[in-house]
Formats: sequence, structure tokens, C-alpha cells
Amino acid sequence: MSEMQAQEPQFDAIVVGAGPSGNAAAYVMASEGLNVLQIERGEYSGSKNVQGAILYADALEKIIPDFREDAPLERHVIEQRMWTMDDRSHTGVHYRSDDFNEEKPNRYTILRAQFDKWFNARVRAAGATVLFETTVTELVRDLSGKVIGVRTDRGGNPIMAPVVVLAEGVNGLVGQRSGLREEVKPGTVALALKEMHFLPREVIEARFNLSGNEGVVIEAMGTITKGMTGTGFLYTNEESISVGIGCIVDDFVEGGETPYGLLESFKNHPSIKPLLAGSEIKEYAAHLIPEGGYRAIPQLYGDGWLVVGDAGQFVNAVHREGSNLAMTTGRIAAETVVMLTRKREAMSRANLAIFAKRLEETFVMKDLKKYKGIPGLLHGGKAQFFGTYPRLISQAMQTWFRVDGVDKKSKEGAILRSFREARGWRGMMGDAFRLVRAWR
Amino acid sequence: MNQPLHSVVCIKQVPDSAQIRVHPVTNTIMRQGVPTIINPYDLFALEEALRLRDRFGGKVTVLCMGPMTAEDSLRKALTFGADRAVLLSDRYFAGSDTLATSYALSMALLQIAREFGAPDIIFTGKQTIDGDTAQVGPGIAKRLGYNQLTYISKIRDLDPDGGALVVERRAEGGTQVLQTKLPVLITMLEGSNEMRRGSIETALAAARAQVTIWNAAAVGIEDLTRCGLRGSPTIVKKVFAPGARSEKAAMIGAEATPEASAHAVIDAIFGRMPAIEAQLFETAAQAAY
Repeated sequence: MSEMQAQEPQFDAIVVGAGPSGNAAAYVMASEGLNVLQIERGEYSGSKNVQGAILYADALEKIIPDFREDAPLERHVIEQRMWTMDDRSHTGVHYRSDDFNEEKPNRYTILRAQFDKWFNARVRAAGATVLFETTVTELVRDLSGKVIGVRTDRGGNPIMAPVVVLAEGVNGLVGQRSGLREEVKPGTVALALKEMHFLPREVIEARFNLSGNEGVVIEAMGTITKGMTGTGFLYTNEESISVGIGCIVDDFVEGGETPYGLLESFKNHPSIKPLLAGSEIKEYAAHLIPEGGYRAIPQLYGDGWLVVGDAGQFVNAVHREGSNLAMTTGRIAAETVVMLTRKREAMSRANLAIFAKRLEETFVMKDLKKYKGIPGLLHGGKAQFFGTYPRLISQAMQTWFRVDGVDKKSKEGAILRSFREARGWRGMMGDAFRLVRAWR
Repeated sequence: MNQPLHSVVCIKQVPDSAQIRVHPVTNTIMRQGVPTIINPYDLFALEEALRLRDRFGGKVTVLCMGPMTAEDSLRKALTFGADRAVLLSDRYFAGSDTLATSYALSMALLQIAREFGAPDIIFTGKQTIDGDTAQVGPGIAKRLGYNQLTYISKIRDLDPDGGALVVERRAEGGTQVLQTKLPVLITMLEGSNEMRRGSIETALAAARAQVTIWNAAAVGIEDLTRCGLRGSPTIVKKVFAPGARSEKAAMIGAEATPEASAHAVIDAIFGRMPAIEAQLFETAAQAAY
């Protein structure tokens, strides 16, 4: 980190990164009249970003209320399938409702490369200056340690601003290098892989019982992750299907499974394979997801800086939410900066603490706090949660549904016995107790 | 030369060919969602123009005909260091072949001459990666009456006062060294230079620069039948995907000695391609003299 004498700031704020959190922050500040510089290392906004992807409308609506008019949306989600899977079966809870065919749908599937590009075009239209293919290499501080600007890999003079919003994503290299937070730990990040499979629109509609722009989401867990902590997914897009799987990095290291091998066997699962039949792979991508939850959140603000989005570990792994937390943290950070700028108050650690305080009042911190015990619980009990229970559930279902001359009372007994033998009453009681406690 | 050197680089925004997919049913290129890039050959032209400016001063203007989204490519050219950018965009240009494109571009170049000074050198890439025709550059040169130098690998020397230019041109069997007088149109070969990275100041200026946008009327085009589909005599008769290759890779087993293995490989090649064998014998016979 370089130290500098204070210079005239060229911008009111600098945003590092053009993903959902950076775009939200830059958009809100620019539309409120601030002179904003956004710096993105990729060729365009979205070029480096990977997500399933589901867009949760509410978080974006609070930033761009009329986004539905021109945002590139794929399908609105009318059906959610939650599957627990063993090697040959899945047991599912499906929820489908015509209520989701509403005027302003709640969730959409999107393609991030297109969506982020659109979002960033709005950022530029709002008046922000956006630099692409430029990497922020370090934060510049004054003699008191306050962050007053950034340096980039293009060299030259540093660019000065009273506040830097770090929306740099999960790895958070700038913040890390500047000593604002530690390196991400392999136990708190998941490595997720995803493929896009092209299928004609009519095939998708017939295969998933859809019409028009209706879409289906499948979230799955079980033996598909081969004993590792993780989940799989399958989302319907307009003319393609996104299919992927992700696990905690520690588990990959420990178990020696290859990520692509895992995705390959998920795609070949008898419940998934027919959904992908006849498709053509268009795209292959991988990305890290911060899944450490509340306990992994780093320091979020300091003299002249704020952290938003994945860089702040804002992902709700239980509910598969991330981009909405990113946009919300980006928006609230921006609103804090706008408020301080208008009042001509310093971007000091004490003043920027308002950001964290306001976050506490939103679903972001409330949800992450609620589930703070879940990541540890699932990781610690991965043998049961991703192996034993999914297998038991499948066996129980099969025993129950197979008509083979065995009386129902004996079947019930066999099912109960299988659970008891596999995990023991005490083990099951313990798992249930821990799960309930972590969930509350 | 009394006036500072003015170079205009014509660029095209093309779909990134590495990411193009062909629609399995209709056999057409699926442009939707495919990222666009500056035609890679045009970047060599742009860098060459910037290098001339480094040496002799002057200005570099970039010109692009395309939809409004092509503004991204122009802004990128500004980030590399171009001084000004002009986008020629009009719905009447949609569907242009090389004849209509070179007409529209030459009209824009005349407008550039009127507003910013006559170009001394017009650059293009040797061809585009989506059309592959290499016709637009020569078409512009012909219409504007510029000397044309195609497939240029190097600009050796420029005498800005005398207006003389010496270049190297790749030709079959060797390199031609050509001298000509300005004004000239040059189509640049790939690999002739390496694109620079603009400084932070250049990047900031580019992000905030205003791209000049002209439609057909703004460049003085009155006869719209010379533009777009109507002005394009080229007809795409059929689009098809070539069939899978029938020839399969053949395994040649390991022979007793390395010489025997080498002979087996040579026999396999010459057996299928007698022309190569004949040519080899001919070359060997010539070498013997």
C-alpha cells in the first residue's frame, strides 16, 4: 500500500468491480448526482461473472423499479423442485403455482453475461465513468492511514476519491493485499461448476411443462456430492439449461474428487440425464462462492472504504441467495456515501459505520445471523446430511411404494429399523436437535 | 507536409468467432448473446496508425459502420489511444454487402475530410473475420482515388514532408518493398505489431469521450438505394454446415526398427496423396543440380 499526501480528489467515489454489488453501488451514487468512477478488470461487466443464475426481483426493484422493461430476463420461475438424491433416485418436494405468473414476477432465470452488461449500461447512463480491462492493484492511503484513492495496472498517477467501495468479488484481492481482511479460507468457499446446454425452446417447454416464459428451478442435494458439503442445480433459460454443482473447497481437497468429474456424474444421474438429452454444450464455467455465512463476514468498513457483495461474504447458502444480497449491500453502501456527501461529512470509519448499522436492519444480516450455525453444522455432519439420510430417504420411499406382498406394518417397521441401524436414535435426535437449533 | 499527419482507421465490430455457435436447426449463426470484439486484424491497423503518430505527430481517427452497440468498440479504440471516434449508424445500412459498405464508408471518409481534415493514410485490417472478403478496403481506395497497399506487414519509412511511404508487402514467395505517395489506403496483415495498452489518463479520457455519431444524411448520402440491402447485389444463395469428414485417423503399428516405422508413415502419406510425393521428387531433383 502506498502512502500519499492528500491531493484534490477527482471523483466523489470509486467503485472497484462491476458485478451486481458494484453496479448497484455505482448506479445509486451516480443517479444521486455523485461523480463516480467504476473500475472493472474484465472486458465488460459480466465477462468475469458466473452464477446459476436466479435474479430475485425485489432487490433490483429497489434500485431500478422499471427494470423489467428492458433487462435481459430469461424465464420467470413458476415451479421450484427441491430434491434429495441418492445414486439412482430422487425424492422431491415440488411447488408450482399459477400465482407466480404475476404481472411483476418474483424470480427470474438470467444469463449473467447479458444481465450484467445491461445493468452496467444503466450505470453509465446514470452518469458514472466506467473503466474496463483495468485492474485496481492497490489502495492509496494518506499519512493517517485513510484510504484516499486507488492505483491501477495501467500505471500513471493514482486516482483520488474520498471513499472506495470494494465490490471486487469473492477473492477480494485488493482488500486482502491492503490488509483489510484475511485471505479466503478453503473451508468457507465453495467451488461451483456450471454448464450451459442449448435446447430449442419447444423442447424445454415440453420437457418441463412450461408455456411462454415460465421457468423451473431444481435444487438438489444428496449423494451427488459424494459425501462433500454442497448442492447441485438445474435452471431453465429461454433456449438453454444451466446445470451445475458446487462443494466446499476443503472437501474437494480432502476427498480427491475432481470438480468436473462431479459435474459429469451429476449430469449422468438417471434423474438429470433425460432432462438434458439432445442438448449441446454452449459454455463451461467455474467460480468460487463465499459460503462461510455470518461468521465469515470480514470488517466491512474503515476510514475511506466499504466492502459489499461477495467480497463481504454476503451469500445465504441455505436459500441459494447471493446476487440479491450483493445488490442490497451495494445499494445501502451507496446510500450511506450519498448521505455523507450531501451533509459534507467525512468518510471516516465512525461515519461509515452507519452502513453496517443499516445492514443489521435488513434481511441481509437478519438471515445470515439466523443461519450462522448452518454452514458449520452441514460441514461437520456431511457424512449424514449428504450420504446417510439421502440414502435412507430413498430406501424408505422405495419400501413404501413397492407393492410386493409385504404388509404395511412390516414395511413401517423395516423403514424405522433402517434409520435406527444407520444412525441410531441418539444420533438422529442429536442431528435433529442441532438442525433445529441452527435453523432458528 | 504542411498539415499534421491524419490517419483514419476503419474498424468493424464482429462477433467473437471463438464463441459463435451455429443454430442446430436453421444452420444460421446465432449472434444473440455472442460477445462482440473489434475485428482482430483491425487492431494491427490501429496500432500501426498510433505508431506513426508517435513518430510524426498528428491525429488518429477511428471510423466504424454498424449498429449503435458498435460504440463500445469505438470507445475501446479510444482506450488504446485513438484521438477521436466516428460511428456511422443508420437503419438504412442494415444488410450491406461489401459494395454498399465501401460506398457508405467512403462517404463518411469524405465527411471526415470536411470536418477534421483530409486523411493522409486510411487503414483497414486485411479482412474481417466474419465476412472474410478483404474487399472493403480496396473498395474505399477505388472510390476515393487513393493508392492502395494491401497485405502490408510493415511500414518501413515515411517522409511526411515529401509524402513518400515505403512499406513491406507480403506476396507469394517473398516480401515486396513498395514505395508510394500519400494519400494511401493500407490494409494491415496480422502479426505486424502488438497492440499497446492505454495509460490510465487515456483510459479515463476514453471513458468520458463523446463518440461522433453520423447517419446517412449526415455524411451526405442522398441516394439510399445505394445503401444496405437495396444497395447490395450480393445474394446469399444457401447456408449449410459442411458434413463431417469421412477420413479417419489411421493407426500405424510400431515396426521392428525406427526406419521401418518411418517408411510406414511415409507410405501411408504418399499412398493417399501422390501429388505430395511427385512434388517432393521434383524438389529433390532440382536440389541435385
